[in-house]
Amino acid sequence: MNKKITGSEALLRSLIDEGVDTIFGYPGGAIMPVFDCLFDYKKKINHILVRHEQGATHAAQGYARVSGKVGVALMTSGPAATNAITGIADAMIDSTPIVVITGQVVSALLGSDAFQETDVVGISQPITKWAYQIRSAEDIAWAVARAFYIAATGRPGPVILDFAKDAQSDLVSYTPIKINHIRSYIPVPDIEPEMIVEAASLINASKKPLALVGQGVILGNAEKELLTFLRKADIPAASTILGLSAIPSAEPLNVGMLGMHGNVAPNLKTNECDVLIAIGMRFDDRVTGDLNTYAKQAKVIHFDIDPSEINKNVKTTVAVLGNVKETLSKVTGLLRANKHTAWRETFKEPYEKELKYVIQKELFPENGPIKMGEVIHKVTEATGNDAVLVTDVGQNQMMAVRYFKYQQSRSVVTSGGLGTMGFGLPAAIGAKYGAPHRTVCLFVGDGGLQMTIQELGTIMESGVEVKIILLNNCFLGMVRQWQELFYDKRYSETVMKNPDFIKIADAYGIPGKSVSERSELDNAISEMLQTKSAYLLEVKVEETGMVYPMIPAGTCVTNILLGNEK
Amino acid sequence: METKQKETLYTVTVFSENSVGLLNQITIIFTRRRLNIETLSVSPSAIEGIHKFTITTFSTRDIVEKVVKQIDKRVDIIKAYFNTNDDLVFQEIALYKVATNKLLEMGSIEDIVRRYNARILDITEIWTVLEKTGHYEETQALFKELSQKIGVLQFIRSGRVAITKSKVERLSDMLAAMEHKLGIRKLEVGS
Repeated sequence: MNKKITGSEALLRSLIDEGVDTIFGYPGGAIMPVFDCLFDYKKKINHILVRHEQGATHAAQGYARVSGKVGVALMTSGPAATNAITGIADAMIDSTPIVVITGQVVSALLGSDAFQETDVVGISQPITKWAYQIRSAEDIAWAVARAFYIAATGRPGPVILDFAKDAQSDLVSYTPIKINHIRSYIPVPDIEPEMIVEAASLINASKKPLALVGQGVILGNAEKELLTFLRKADIPAASTILGLSAIPSAEPLNVGMLGMHGNVAPNLKTNECDVLIAIGMRFDDRVTGDLNTYAKQAKVIHFDIDPSEINKNVKTTVAVLGNVKETLSKVTGLLRANKHTAWRETFKEPYEKELKYVIQKELFPENGPIKMGEVIHKVTEATGNDAVLVTDVGQNQMMAVRYFKYQQSRSVVTSGGLGTMGFGLPAAIGAKYGAPHRTVCLFVGDGGLQMTIQELGTIMESGVEVKIILLNNCFLGMVRQWQELFYDKRYSETVMKNPDFIKIADAYGIPGKSVSERSELDNAISEMLQTKSAYLLEVKVEETGMVYPMIPAGTCVTNILLGNEK
Repeated sequence: METKQKETLYTVTVFSENSVGLLNQITIIFTRRRLNIETLSVSPSAIEGIHKFTITTFSTRDIVEKVVKQIDKRVDIIKAYFNTNDDLVFQEIALYKVATNKLLEMGSIEDIVRRYNARILDITEIWTVLEKTGHYEETQALFKELSQKIGVLQFIRSGRVAITKSKVERLSDMLAAMEHKLGIRKLEVGS
């Protein structure tokens, strides 16, 4: 018989057995036994003290997205758990594997409206892959093993473990448990060989194929298989926002980003291709626009691990279920080596148009206020196009994902599905812990930064080296853009009176500089990158900057606004 | 928009592990799509440890298919299916509490019992409980006649229970296949 240990220690040992060495958390009443035990485990588990529980979940997301491991957040019950909800919902819609452990009141008080009691499992069921309440110390090893298995396998997602306080203190003999199957759960559906054959024959017969690359490729570690597939049949490929960095920016078959603020060519070509090959993506409305006019001419092949994505938004001709790492290789095996030179040539004209009317103006303006795009371009160049990009949400995000460049996978951390303002700063902290040897650059707006600005305290305390580039336009820029275009220039509540951000950073001991002149920009960027600590670079950018191209919401993907075509 | 499909009554059958909070996980999937649950019945299935939910809802094929996939996706759900009435043998049960004196005044109790194929479950001087099984229309017809003629003190109708007409026993076949694939211990299948 093992020596009995407390439930809290059993939790920490279970986590260590799952390979956890980093936790983002915040203590409180109903989780105190665990934090007390953590005091003895500091050498094995690095706990990063955040300043708000939402920050813990976003940091866990950032960590998971760059490392491919499960991110862990730890906090108390009640308000702590409800603060975590935004990050959990974000992880659900963006398929990010995180395990969130919340304290809970002692089991005897459950359901009695006890102090800091909230129905965490009930609240979180629609936004978790699995939510479980641990009421007995005997359950811990099993629940933790199951949580990690569920979070990480199949289509990943968030799991909540709601941990009753008495179970944290009760004694239990701990035996590690490893879970590798659950009767009711099929993480990866069986591959149907006839679908592989049908997909290959459609692609072989195709004259104008277009691949749409989603995060499924990154989650399935299928980057190499994807490139082999694309190169063999000479298929141009566009990415969704979360699929970015699955293919290097410099790859000739990479034709850019899809969607509302994506590149002109791939959006136009969606409605011209004869076979649309969707790979680990879910046809979000920001990608498709109006479904009634979306790719109607094309046969659609949909590779996905999640059967519920098939025919959810776009009717599929051939559905290839399974992990794309396997299914892509199998299809590639049946492909004829091919050339689509003429078809690929047709991407050039729309690209040139975008270059002339949008990109040149945004990246290389000669006069006037600093543009958002030019800041991003200069930062990506200065980092050798090999940094991790973290963004907040809004114009800063769209500009960053448009103009940042990548050489390796898992280089983009952004809130794609939920569009969570305030995601950026804590996610960047987590990303740096997940990829400690890479440079992490956060682009954030003045609005989003102020939603989770307290996490500057986390940076101060942990010393984590995050490069924060604040694109300050003194506006809630994306809302302002919509007001300009669709709400008759009525700028309702989008002007922001902002504090002195450099002083705030300074108060947290974070060096920084504010730049409003183009001539100062290069030096400021290189100072930021050379500084061996976190850094806040505030750039006062054009107040009325617009993100183009833009496909207005709910319209056809070919209805692309380029802004002022002069 | 896609061509408007006609709404039909679908029966959604869900087999799940017997864990806490399952019903909530299923119903929120209906709620999110503003689908009304017409009837619901939950009970242990023939297989020990596995629960069966039978849910009816008016919807289109397109929507019910998506709903079933979303239910199926939940970790604790073993399998979800949907059927129309044509695929199923189904039944509901209804209980009617009426005043005994009024029932006697109504004339022939035998006539009511025979015409509706009803049963008398309990009888006192004051009240009598009748039971009738059948489809909605059938249990409703008795309710209507009783309430018009003598009034019904209490009435309750169960959710639907249903059995497929298929020759294939889908759940036990699925479990057998899974067992084979995983090489795990034999899943106990009841008779």
